[in-house]
Amino acid sequence: MTADHNTDLKFSSPYTPNTENDRAEMLKAIGVNTVDDLFEDIPTSYLNPELEIPDAISEMELVKEMEALAKLNAVPGEYSSFLGSGAYRHFIPSIVNRLAFRSEFMTCYTPYQPEVSQGTLQAHFEFQSMVCQLTGMDVANSGMYDGSTALSEATLMACRVTKKNAINVTHSVSPHYREVLKTFLEAPGIKIESGKDEDISPNESHACLIVQQPNYFGYFEDLTKLSDEIHNVGGLLIVVTDPISLGMYKPPADYGADIVVAEGQSLGISPSFGGPYVGLFACKQEYIRQMPGRIVGRTKDTNGDTGYVLTLQTREQHIRRDRATSNICTSVGLIALMATIYMISQGKQGLKHIANLCYQKAHYAASKINEIDGYTVNTDKPFFREFVVSCPIQPSEINKRLLNKKIIGGIDVSSQSKNGMLICVTETNSRDEIDLLVTALREIRAVN
Amino acid sequence: MDRSVTGRIGTTLPKLDVPIQSDPPKELLRESLAMPELSESEIVRYLTQISTFNFSIDHNFYPLGSCTMKYNPKVNDDIAAFPGFSEIHPLQEEHTVQGALKLMHHLQNILAEITGMAGTSLAPMAGAEGELAGMLMTRAYHHANGDKKRTKILVPDSAHGTNPASAVMAGFEVISLNTDTNGNTDIEGLKYVLSDDIAGFMLTQPSTLGLFDTNILDVVNMVRDAGGIIYGDGANLNALLGKLKPGQLGFDILHSNLHKTFTQPHGGGGPGAGAVMVSERILPFLPTPVVNREAGKSNSEFFSFISPEKTIGRMGAFHGNFGALVRAYAYIRILGKQGVPKVSEDAVINANYIRSQLKGVFDLPYDRTCMHEVVFSARNLKHDNGITALDISKRLIDYGIHPPTMYFPLIVEEALMIEPTETESKETIDEFIDIMKTIAQEAADEPALLKEAPHNTPNTRLDEALAAREPDLRWNK
Repeated sequence: MTADHNTDLKFSSPYTPNTENDRAEMLKAIGVNTVDDLFEDIPTSYLNPELEIPDAISEMELVKEMEALAKLNAVPGEYSSFLGSGAYRHFIPSIVNRLAFRSEFMTCYTPYQPEVSQGTLQAHFEFQSMVCQLTGMDVANSGMYDGSTALSEATLMACRVTKKNAINVTHSVSPHYREVLKTFLEAPGIKIESGKDEDISPNESHACLIVQQPNYFGYFEDLTKLSDEIHNVGGLLIVVTDPISLGMYKPPADYGADIVVAEGQSLGISPSFGGPYVGLFACKQEYIRQMPGRIVGRTKDTNGDTGYVLTLQTREQHIRRDRATSNICTSVGLIALMATIYMISQGKQGLKHIANLCYQKAHYAASKINEIDGYTVNTDKPFFREFVVSCPIQPSEINKRLLNKKIIGGIDVSSQSKNGMLICVTETNSRDEIDLLVTALREIRAVN
Repeated sequence: MDRSVTGRIGTTLPKLDVPIQSDPPKELLRESLAMPELSESEIVRYLTQISTFNFSIDHNFYPLGSCTMKYNPKVNDDIAAFPGFSEIHPLQEEHTVQGALKLMHHLQNILAEITGMAGTSLAPMAGAEGELAGMLMTRAYHHANGDKKRTKILVPDSAHGTNPASAVMAGFEVISLNTDTNGNTDIEGLKYVLSDDIAGFMLTQPSTLGLFDTNILDVVNMVRDAGGIIYGDGANLNALLGKLKPGQLGFDILHSNLHKTFTQPHGGGGPGAGAVMVSERILPFLPTPVVNREAGKSNSEFFSFISPEKTIGRMGAFHGNFGALVRAYAYIRILGKQGVPKVSEDAVINANYIRSQLKGVFDLPYDRTCMHEVVFSARNLKHDNGITALDISKRLIDYGIHPPTMYFPLIVEEALMIEPTETESKETIDEFIDIMKTIAQEAADEPALLKEAPHNTPNTRLDEALAAREPDLRWNK
């Protein structure tokens, strides 16, 4: 048997079960002669256009081709990597993917039909609960696309709550996030004001103040002061946080945060070149009806048994249309589930332990790098697992040479801080890796 | 989590392999953290057990209109999990991620070719984000022409709720447009509202009625002549693959839900991906980043991210949902040019077959050839037996079939919107047809069976009013 890929009619794929015989029977039952009779509403001259895409290939050929593509990438794990800045490499226990990739979780639909979706709904209820525990907030939704869109939606929500249309954001919020804010806020005419931490002075016109904790560079802000400043002028405090840091650090709620958002990727999700991730979104109880996104609630069935449903749906686009709190529909249910499994498995002890490992290793690396002539680590403020090193030469030049030693260095932040490199250390970086980085940095300095 | 037992742990704790550093400032540390305490075996059993409470495409047929719940090939998941794809960091330097960029570049080209457009951005992370990108591009296009008076967007009354919601997020006012008695755009209505304040028309093609608008060429020409942009909602693209290129009809922008048409698994509500394809005149406005290819000497090539000249900006922190893009690409490569048109042909055959067999059993408000989905109305059963679309949907669960989309589109009373997709066999479709006929008979003979359905699920019908009245959204601290 040979597959004749040149004859369309004879081609069959494993994903389309209808045989020629099936098709003929069905067309007859419908009462038409050819398939194209069913496409009669399409203007004839536009029907069946040329399609210039590659020929069909077998699964075996595909796998080979994709392996070759994957090989063109330098892969953290084979390389030691010190990249962070919003996407982090943390160890992922086997149970995360083994459970999340079960057909029942992976190939099910959005849980609009609760009787056949209790698995997803109950898992998302756990997710909401644990996001609340970590952040200290009253309520959470079941996830946004990523941390940056969670922030943009939080900002729009703050404008709805306060009925103001200007916002204030500190420069130490991720530049990527601030770019996304611009995309979301320009069209509705919301003015973005920003400044360095020390220059920030919220006023009556501001719906909110956005602060990142720890900030983009890894350092802790004086949230108590900033919280007072924005609350004194009637605005909301939005905190962008990091869930791993919350294993040991004070939750944003303790500083009076009104809305808390975060990138949830570090909770058991692979970096995967930037997505899919999950945005965490939590707020105070009083703002619940202004929240975007899906929310799962616990209720009773007709027998009085406990069950879960999507709730407060009148906020959402499929009910409220042009008056919805957001346009979000398909979100990142499976990724929220993965974060859920990660949080349950790490639990009370694990989350604290991982946060401490990150803290200890990052500080070990920072102190070792600080000892090298020509390198200075910024230690003005306390930091968690990321810190800025002022390098003797351009960070881009250093990174080029590190790569030759199979090390992916930190992010070049020289545009914000002279010869600055933002280095991230997690529990996945062994002491050997850190020592090799230190040695390499010393050599690179010596060459100059 | 009421199963926790103090002292249990669900993971192993790696050792600290560096000397202990000085303590962090005490005032920054939290006092307590109430999180679950369970062993790994308990966690696995708990989650495995609740997973079995779900229907899923690997177990069940989902005739779920406009959601395109097709089979998700397993090889796609394996490929997305290659460490060379799953472990790479979004901020690695471009020369260290050439494989990922090359894949994205190929996918951009393939999606543009399938839809007949000039270029693609893979940045939007879901369909609704693709819509938002489309609306922001519409706005940016007019503004770049110095035209700021176009503040309104036309949206048909049959449209998905995301359409008006996305238009509003882009700062537009929504004008709802009626559907005519044949299920097409009401041309007279369109004529009436078209003016120099209309920025564009959000058109789902085929519509959510499962019908291809026979007025399409007139609609496109009228809107374009009036200076408007045609935005295509690609939610129903599964009807058109290889059969029609919307770009050739004059569409300016089209988004595609890669989790519908191109088999990214639905995951209980995502992740998705919402690639946007555009015509030549919209290219400069695409969301950033876009992957560019530079050809060098002796067959060398280099791929890099570029930002289109007048880009509407970033839709997310990084470059889109790469994991979903890998799956979509793998799927299209397996099908190839031979298999892609067969997808839509079989999707349309399956839907019309259902239409022909259930006509007369349920009302068919628009009695004409449909595309990949067919919309019935249960108003006849409601009238005769007091049975609603909801009752029929819940009874289907007893037969192991996921309910169709119901009460949508809003313009059809007691709507049951059925989309079988091409991945279902004739046997499955025949079984579904038989079950629907049985249910219609049950509605007459034993209506209580439907009213009390479902019967075999972990929960009977749930009290959604109670959930909304007294929100209980988390376990207690």
